[in-house]
Amino acid sequence: MDIEFLSSTMVTLLKALPVTLALFALSVSIGCVLALVIVWMRVGGNRYLAGFAKGYIFVFRGSPLLIQMFLVFYGLAQFDFIRNGPLWPLLREPFVCAVLSLALCTAGYSAEIFRGGIRSVPPREIEAARAIGMSGFLLVRRIIAPIALRFALPAYSTEVVLMMKSTSLASLVTVWEVTGVAQRLISHTYRTMEVFLCAAVIYLVLNFIVLQAMALLEHFLSRHLRAAPPAAKA
Amino acid sequence: MPEVPRLSVRDIRKSFGAHEVLRGISLEARDGDVISLLGASGSGKSTFLRCINLLEVADSGEVWVDGEQIRMVQKGGKNRPASQKQVDHIRAELGMVFQSFNLWSHMTILQNVIEGPVHVLKRPRAECVEEAHALLKKVGIGDKANAYPAHLSGGQQQRAAIARALAMKPKLMLFDEPTSALDPELVGEVLRVMRALAEEGTTMLVVTHEMGFARNVSNRVAFMREGLVDSMGSPQEMFGAGASPAFRQFIGHFQA
Repeated sequence: MDIEFLSSTMVTLLKALPVTLALFALSVSIGCVLALVIVWMRVGGNRYLAGFAKGYIFVFRGSPLLIQMFLVFYGLAQFDFIRNGPLWPLLREPFVCAVLSLALCTAGYSAEIFRGGIRSVPPREIEAARAIGMSGFLLVRRIIAPIALRFALPAYSTEVVLMMKSTSLASLVTVWEVTGVAQRLISHTYRTMEVFLCAAVIYLVLNFIVLQAMALLEHFLSRHLRAAPPAAKA
Repeated sequence: MPEVPRLSVRDIRKSFGAHEVLRGISLEARDGDVISLLGASGSGKSTFLRCINLLEVADSGEVWVDGEQIRMVQKGGKNRPASQKQVDHIRAELGMVFQSFNLWSHMTILQNVIEGPVHVLKRPRAECVEEAHALLKKVGIGDKANAYPAHLSGGQQQRAAIARALAMKPKLMLFDEPTSALDPELVGEVLRVMRALAEEGTTMLVVTHEMGFARNVSNRVAFMREGLVDSMGSPQEMFGAGASPAFRQFIGHFQA
């Protein structure tokens, strides 16, 4: 085993880590906000908004992320109003296109995950909140969202891990994140196995951290399900 | 000037599909009244109670709380409250205790109790916490403030739910079969709390199957049958010789 090559590969790949992390953090946070908007449309009671949300979810869940990314990256430039529009300086950047398509895609999946969480909220607890005079946003903020979040978290953590891995697709629209740099390295050295193994280790470590963080959050949010500590039982 | 009743319900009607559950119910509760609503299952007691705070919306009829009428409008052929804001404000004045407690499972007992005062009434938190501790002590679970609902017995959960309703300082308490979901040995602790509330002069409307409570604690008993008030009167009248035949038959099942 060529330790020297492995370590120099690792160093090269780690230089691309900030790009991978930025892709991940931006797309997950933008996607999460977008998902909240979509799920609000989906369950808000307006027929037209619900129809739009359903269509959105169908399109972004039903088509391959890679194709979505190609459409954003290669496709948007064909429209004159986009090329001449105010957002063009942003939209011609591969990084922005990658974040945009990742966020749009995860928003579709996350919206469905959040909807599942909302549907799991016991109607009795909502009724109790209505009975003390809560409605509208207050009801959502204080009762529905906190309970729904607890139900949605396990599925959502899977989605977040998938997003970490999906950032590698950005390499195909010329973003030099970990996978892209790995491929460039292979084209120079032809040492596929070692380079991709190094890249895989990086993703594994990242996802290990993400999963630990999610598990910690889940643990913190499920105190009410665990047995009472001896002191509180008395 | 005549005293304004705490609650006045006039000619409430409600159907679920073709099934007419309430066929014109009227009821009045004055300050300090403790009214027991009795009746076989399916007689519409719970639906009636839920129509008062609009958890169910009646098809027609009027609800007045402390002289204020809940405004209704006809929309799409259905009777609906005219203002959600008014509904919220009326609901905040009516304490509701449910058959299955309905505590918020992700909050501690203390958080359950202060939720309404802090977030609906927008009162200062420290003040609400202090009052909540006093209320929990009053219902006998002062040591459970930091426990979660799942850690409590049914009787303790129901007492916590009563404390949660009381924390809103309601003008009227509505109890929807508060002891029906409890193991028999836990019924007493909840009834004792309710009795203490009645003795303090809390105005209460109680849907129940507890004949002892109806007889000994309430000052009025209403018997519902097939969506109507069959008979109503003081416990002495209702449980005495002059009771309606239907009511006598109904309580006969309990003595068997």
